[in-house]
Amino acid sequence: MQSKLFLGLLFMLPAAIFLLVFLSYPLGLGVWLGFTDTRIGRTGVFVGLENYQLLWEDSIFWLSVFNTILYTVAASILKFMLGLWLALLLNEHLPLKAIIRAVVLLPWVVPTVLSAIAFWWIYDTQFSIISWALLELGWISSPINFLGDPNNARATVILTNVWRGIPFVAITLLAGLQTISPSLHEAATLDGATSWQRFRFITLPMLSPLIAVVMTFSVLFTFTDFQLIYVLTRGGPLNATHLMATLSFQRAIPGGQLGEGAAIAVAMVPFLLAAILFSYFGLQRRRWQQGGSDA
Amino acid sequence: MTSGARPVDPAAADDSVGMSYLNRTPQRLLTVYLPLGVFVFVLLFPFYWMTITALKPNEELNNFRDYNPFWPSSPTLENIRYLLFETSYPGWLVNTMVVAIGSTCLSLVASVFAAYAIERIRFPGSRWTGLGIFLAYLVPPSILFIPLAVMIFKFGIYDTKLALIFTYPTFLIPFCTWLLMGYFRSIPYELEECALVDGASRWQILTRIMLPLAVPGLISAGIFAFTLSWNEFIYALTFIQSSENKTVPVGVLTELVRGDVYEWGALMAGALLGSLPVVLLYSFFVDYYVSSMTGAVKE
Repeated sequence: MQSKLFLGLLFMLPAAIFLLVFLSYPLGLGVWLGFTDTRIGRTGVFVGLENYQLLWEDSIFWLSVFNTILYTVAASILKFMLGLWLALLLNEHLPLKAIIRAVVLLPWVVPTVLSAIAFWWIYDTQFSIISWALLELGWISSPINFLGDPNNARATVILTNVWRGIPFVAITLLAGLQTISPSLHEAATLDGATSWQRFRFITLPMLSPLIAVVMTFSVLFTFTDFQLIYVLTRGGPLNATHLMATLSFQRAIPGGQLGEGAAIAVAMVPFLLAAILFSYFGLQRRRWQQGGSDA
Repeated sequence: MTSGARPVDPAAADDSVGMSYLNRTPQRLLTVYLPLGVFVFVLLFPFYWMTITALKPNEELNNFRDYNPFWPSSPTLENIRYLLFETSYPGWLVNTMVVAIGSTCLSLVASVFAAYAIERIRFPGSRWTGLGIFLAYLVPPSILFIPLAVMIFKFGIYDTKLALIFTYPTFLIPFCTWLLMGYFRSIPYELEECALVDGASRWQILTRIMLPLAVPGLISAGIFAFTLSWNEFIYALTFIQSSENKTVPVGVLTELVRGDVYEWGALMAGALLGSLPVVLLYSFFVDYYVSSMTGAVKE
């Protein structure tokens, strides 16, 4: 037993060193920095809850909280619905299925920043190809101001995030769909179930444990998103698209207020935990209500 | 844990064909092919637009009236030539490659040992360690970058590639370990017991038995880790300042965008070239990719 412990710890050593030095320690350091007035190039002193007090009265901070929640909720719901739909479509018997499946995952493979730059050009105020196409079709009379108007900008970044997130949801749910035995569907069809009933009472319940996990990850990545906003709007116009992560970056690195930035990052944690718990247990509710073992 | 996406067994595939006679072709056209077509179009259009823009000469970029916007009338490689010979782009490509390969190798080695220890040595507390690894996977970089920046500055590796090679494993090790644990679990215990009876050491078991059997898992973890580090942005943006040390995503965004004059052709060429390595890697290993993605979310 002794040697097992020793051997185990020896094998764990490289990973443990990395994770303790570059993950656990910075987590603690981040919490500490949140209580100090550290700036770039100057070690701070302990100031207690001053940073949090300032944030509490900071309307931009609360706007970023609102934006983050709106962004996460709207994007996650859309990603889930469209992703599930795409997974169901890909589960059909199709010609060239392997190629379509491979191609569909591309938005997720390409670096977010680089695809976001392409979107930046697609959303250009003067030369947007979407505006041009809609103008040609006669559906709109003037170019759409995608990123200049607060509400438009919010909708635009949410839809762009959905574009990038759909493949992940679709491909992972597709893997789950393929494990559902077709005989269940056949039996239900023989009993006269409509296709909606088969979806509602067979596919969805069979898929729900996987949905809970996939959506938890999706919520986590959406909530902490930084890249997309940084490329498309940098938080503008009028801070309408500032997320907590982008605000934290802006205050800490270009602004130099490391303490305040760290405080915003720490303030993300309770929201993040709540979002994860909500999506995990909320979506898994069905299972433990029915007395199944909790996963 | 069933590691990765198993192919549907042929019998099941046959069954689903057996029921599809219920859907007539015209109806399928409307309920399957049309929505699927729209999905594929929307998901791929940005890449098409990126490529087309990169190949357009400057006068065609902003003139949709005289030129067909959807096809370059006189395609040019000028944007790519400019990018490769008049900017630091080739250097960024090399940097990204070095950082991605370095951090991937480092993470793979650490993860193989960790996964083997947790899954097979079963030392006291290995279950908790496994849980800890999973929780580490959930810690997002956007919470860590500020304290990490402070540490990196103190270590004196600010603005070097080492800063990135050492910090990327924070999200790569948990991911790779989690994935490899699943692969190791699927290798039968008996093989290991036989070797133990024959007097093999733990080291020999790991290198002679486990690793050769876990090669698909290693490939999955490796290419996925490579892609994650290639795509990483916030650490690279925060820890790197000088142009010659930047990675592709940061370089394209911060150096090619100057003031009000956006060189869209060069920007799109930069985005296109920067995406190619991961897309090529992906196209060769699609199945490994999908299996590591689905493997990562299964318990």
